[in-house]
Amino acid sequence: MACTHSQDWMSAYLDHELDASTTLQLEMHLAACEQCTAALARYRALRADIAQHATQYRAPTHLQHRIATALAGQARRERPRAAPPRLHWLSALVAGLGATACAVTLALYLQQPSPADLLDQELVSSHFRSLMPEHLADVVSTDQHTVKPWFAGKLDYSPPVIDLAPQGFPLIGGRLDYLNQRPVAALVYRHRKHILNLYVWPATDAAASTPHAGSRQGFQLLRWRQDHMQYSAVSDMNAEDLRAFAGALREKVAAAAAVGEETATAPAR
Amino acid sequence: MGTFLGDEDNTAQSQSHVQFMAMAMPHLDAAYNLARWLTRDEHDADDLVQNAYLRAFRFADGFRGGDARAWLLTIVRNTYYSSLRDGRQMRADVSFDEELHGAEAGRQADNDPARIAASRDTGRTVNQALARLPAAFREVLVMKEMDDLSYKQIAQVADIPIGTVMSRLARARRMLLNLLNQDGAGD
Repeated sequence: MACTHSQDWMSAYLDHELDASTTLQLEMHLAACEQCTAALARYRALRADIAQHATQYRAPTHLQHRIATALAGQARRERPRAAPPRLHWLSALVAGLGATACAVTLALYLQQPSPADLLDQELVSSHFRSLMPEHLADVVSTDQHTVKPWFAGKLDYSPPVIDLAPQGFPLIGGRLDYLNQRPVAALVYRHRKHILNLYVWPATDAAASTPHAGSRQGFQLLRWRQDHMQYSAVSDMNAEDLRAFAGALREKVAAAAAVGEETATAPAR
Repeated sequence: MGTFLGDEDNTAQSQSHVQFMAMAMPHLDAAYNLARWLTRDEHDADDLVQNAYLRAFRFADGFRGGDARAWLLTIVRNTYYSSLRDGRQMRADVSFDEELHGAEAGRQADNDPARIAASRDTGRTVNQALARLPAAFREVLVMKEMDDLSYKQIAQVADIPIGTVMSRLARARRMLLNLLNQDGAGD
């Protein structure tokens, strides 16, 4: 994406009105271009300035009276044509006020992203960052016995590292990432031309949970808890393939847990 | 019998009247704000909103639920442009446009932080710059920044495609930045 294009898209980007693929292209360009990043900051500042300094006018009270009077006059003069049966005015007013209150509450609620939403956003951002050149893997190996020990000493837990090549999802490496206010293990898998990031960290809630699917900015997300670990998978592959991946992995994790704690805790050789 | 029918008519009238008030009055501030930014004049804004509300009441039967605010803003805007076509204000707007195009063409974005900061120290500067934008750009910016309308809603109100909303907003912001930087440099 050229700088001139990037600056054309910034305005819509700030308004959250840009489609997912252009957003990604723009973010990729911004990550590499200082000039455009500075331009974006200027647009942000402009926005804040308008919000803070531009006058948002309120209707003067006399206008309300003027309009009410004029409307009453017009209502007397003009007979509404075959008006359909209407609600009693009081119930209409009450319904109107109730609807307004609901709308305000809903708007406030919707503006408040839930923790799960924030985490999803972080996951997608991290996945996206990982796709930039040289960001995908700190340890590049298709061998789970190379990847797993690499995490030793870098994390305060030992993530299960399982190659799923036979199931069509070969492991291609791993890296350290930072999510949900903690360092986490990111395992990278490939499925045909798609890259999948699997994030694993100790669950705060011990209870296992079945996979919960979501999508964001064109990426598929799947998260579940199993064997005291929280798993979150992010990819641009389709939801069905992602579920197949999760199914295969859950099976392997369950099998390993049944054999003993070996796979999950003991350093492999 | 005759008086009975007459009473019924009156009731129907006052019901539609009250119903319209309940629907339209909560959006009076939004309507006034847009009117004020379009006309850039207190009294013209009063007249515009009143005319628009009377017009809206006449067409209220055509409003079948949905986004009442966008519907009212559409009428405010249409009323404004039809009053322009009657002749007033047109000239003023054209000269504003020319002044601005000159400003935009003649100057690249200023990067000096001190100047930018100086240009921003009062609300007056922002208000003045916004008022100097051509109406087509001013209105989309007001609807986006002050009413937080979506591009789809703005497209509906201004009767333009969403792509045009997007490019107008981008251009409006670019112009505004240039105007603000220019003011800072001029002081």
